[in-house]
Amino acid sequence: MSSIHPPTARLWWKQPIDRVEGTWIAIAFLWCLIMFFMMPYWHITGKQNLSNEAYRTTPEAFSKKAQDMVDKHTVRTETDQNIPVVHPPAGSDVYLIARLWAWWPVLELEQGKSYRLHLSAMDYMHGFSLQPANINLQVIPGYEMVVTVTPNQSGKFSIICNEYCGIGHHKMVSNLYVVNK
Amino acid sequence: MANNETFRTCPRTGLQFHDSAEMLMKANAVVGVVFLLLGGVLALLIGLTKWPDVHLLPADSFYLVLTAHGLDMLVFWIIFFEIAVLYFCSSTLLRCRLATPRMAWLAFALMLIGAVTTNVAIFQGNSSVMMTSYVPMQAHPSFYLGLILFAVGALIGCFVFFGTLVIAKAEKTYQGSVPLVTFGAVTAAIIAVFTIASGAIILIPTFLWSVGYIKTIDPLMYRVIWWAFGHSSQQINVAAHIAVWYAIAAIVFGAKPMSERVSRTAFLLYIFFLQLASAHHILADPGISSEWKVFNTSYAMYLAVLASMIHGLTIPGAIEVAQREKGFTKGLFEWLRKAPWGNPVFSGMFISLIGFGFLGGISGVMMGTEQLNLIIHNTIYVPGHFHATVVIGTTLAFMALTYFLIPVLFRREIMFPGLAKWQPYLFGFGMYVFALVMMGAGTLGVPRRHWDMSFLGAAMPYEFPGSAYLLMSLVGISAVVAVIGGGAYILVTVSSIFLGKKLDAGVISNKPTPVVTPVSAAISGHGSLGIAGFAAPGTFVLAMVFLVAFVLYYFINWKYLSQVWGLS
Repeated sequence: MSSIHPPTARLWWKQPIDRVEGTWIAIAFLWCLIMFFMMPYWHITGKQNLSNEAYRTTPEAFSKKAQDMVDKHTVRTETDQNIPVVHPPAGSDVYLIARLWAWWPVLELEQGKSYRLHLSAMDYMHGFSLQPANINLQVIPGYEMVVTVTPNQSGKFSIICNEYCGIGHHKMVSNLYVVNK
Repeated sequence: MANNETFRTCPRTGLQFHDSAEMLMKANAVVGVVFLLLGGVLALLIGLTKWPDVHLLPADSFYLVLTAHGLDMLVFWIIFFEIAVLYFCSSTLLRCRLATPRMAWLAFALMLIGAVTTNVAIFQGNSSVMMTSYVPMQAHPSFYLGLILFAVGALIGCFVFFGTLVIAKAEKTYQGSVPLVTFGAVTAAIIAVFTIASGAIILIPTFLWSVGYIKTIDPLMYRVIWWAFGHSSQQINVAAHIAVWYAIAAIVFGAKPMSERVSRTAFLLYIFFLQLASAHHILADPGISSEWKVFNTSYAMYLAVLASMIHGLTIPGAIEVAQREKGFTKGLFEWLRKAPWGNPVFSGMFISLIGFGFLGGISGVMMGTEQLNLIIHNTIYVPGHFHATVVIGTTLAFMALTYFLIPVLFRREIMFPGLAKWQPYLFGFGMYVFALVMMGAGTLGVPRRHWDMSFLGAAMPYEFPGSAYLLMSLVGISAVVAVIGGGAYILVTVSSIFLGKKLDAGVISNKPTPVVTPVSAAISGHGSLGIAGFAAPGTFVLAMVFLVAFVLYYFINWKYLSQVWGLS
């Protein structure tokens, strides 16, 4: 009698566990515990954790904050659309708008300095994907996420959108610069 | 009660089919395969668009086709087939009549109407919102309506299954406990009820929103509840295809569970903890605490992962024990070498099991680890993972089962047996490569659900490294190979069912004959089998290889994470 038949022994739960099964369960369970404790451990000692800071917001309120930052700290413009490049002071609050189909404005950060990066979407959901570092965050309309970022390399980075947001999804790319001062 | 009902006993297997149940199984399985065919054609179009040098479809058609592919494969093909599996695991394995066949036909009709409605909405071109249909992007109301009808139908199907269990118990068609495979099907059906309820909770308001009765749907709430439907529906698949693996081990080898207690407890862990996995999808979202994420995405300390690791050992272990009892005892692996590799029922199941564990299982844990998710979220690594679980795991397991069902349920000889023999290898290994190269490209940051990795027309395009282009070309090539393998399955099944040589139906009676269970009083282990007290030493060695791969890959990902920007 096999797995497609009722168990032959009425008291099947009394059958002793084979050594091969018992050993494997013990090893697998230990590994599961290690994987579980890895996450709290990284919160304590690791340097890459998502903050728990987030607020409800509106597109108007968030874009006003971004506009204020752009007015104060724009250093130049890029492309024929004159997209502002903003160099905010180290340690400050930095705002990045996700909308159909652009990231706005272009940010210029300093290597080794920390910034409080605020992210929100104006319309649909978008996906913040920093390349080639490959850091990925979900950006949701109505929510403002705050993450403290510390660039550890200088150079030109790109932010691509990796949450489907309509026909122009693939055009939603922006630059991000990290400079060494 | 059962006066005008007939029961057929298959002369080849001794399995007994209730005529109503038999018709329903055939109808559900055939419609499932039709959606697989549709989804497969769409898969080819997507593969050829993702292949950078081919880039077949324009952007609008690509997103339309991607939406249809997701729903036709993940929802319609799999759930139609699963309903057939549920009826098989209840009515056939317990040798009883199916509860309320008319309700089961109603379920079938609702599912079919729903699936067609949603497909029509998608192909009309105004519902390219992806399978997930995240608000506030809006589809045509009939898109949501079709999904709701389908879900109601599937729910009725689950209750027909539960009703059939009650009938079997009441009419005493078996003694003691239900078979392990039926127990696995019960697990799938319980998870299905929870899943479909979550789907209703979110899709009904979304439908009302699309017709203007509700003003807004909170997008974060939508994601949390939608994934209780979206991910859990994949857990139905896991429970169902593991039940199918056990069934195939029993059918091909006469394998019995190494220990009923261990295997059933593992299924029970699925019921308790598997649904928590839906939290995996919101790890990179704002507004949800780390404590919540850590608890839920670890399925409460990985207890559901533990369950899968147990099944991953006990199924090949049961096969090994059965083979050793037949005398294949030489060394560690004679049992596996002498397995019937030319029988697609076995080869499909074994390729499914290994691929699900090594590719789908390990990658799933990576994505589901709170911090590691940051370097994976929404990259093409994600579809790489779930093609390993759902296509290699579920679809290939169901394909393998089909080769058993064609003679037994459809009473036809398999046509093109040579092609059938090669089909699981072509499809399975095509998908192995496909899943691997997708994960590789995702590691390089290539996004999912994205029409053009060269960012055509963008003001500030990003240039992916050449290796990412190479990997995406391999995605296209392996997709074509897998689609050919899938096409071979469709060719074999459809031509066998309609044109294959008819086989003897067997004895027909008007009342069911109960399961005969020889009750053994003594409970025994596996005694003298195996090596050093290990009844299945070869399987244990394979499990250790799996563990080493798992541990190494896990810490490689942490190493990779530790090198990215500081985030806090």
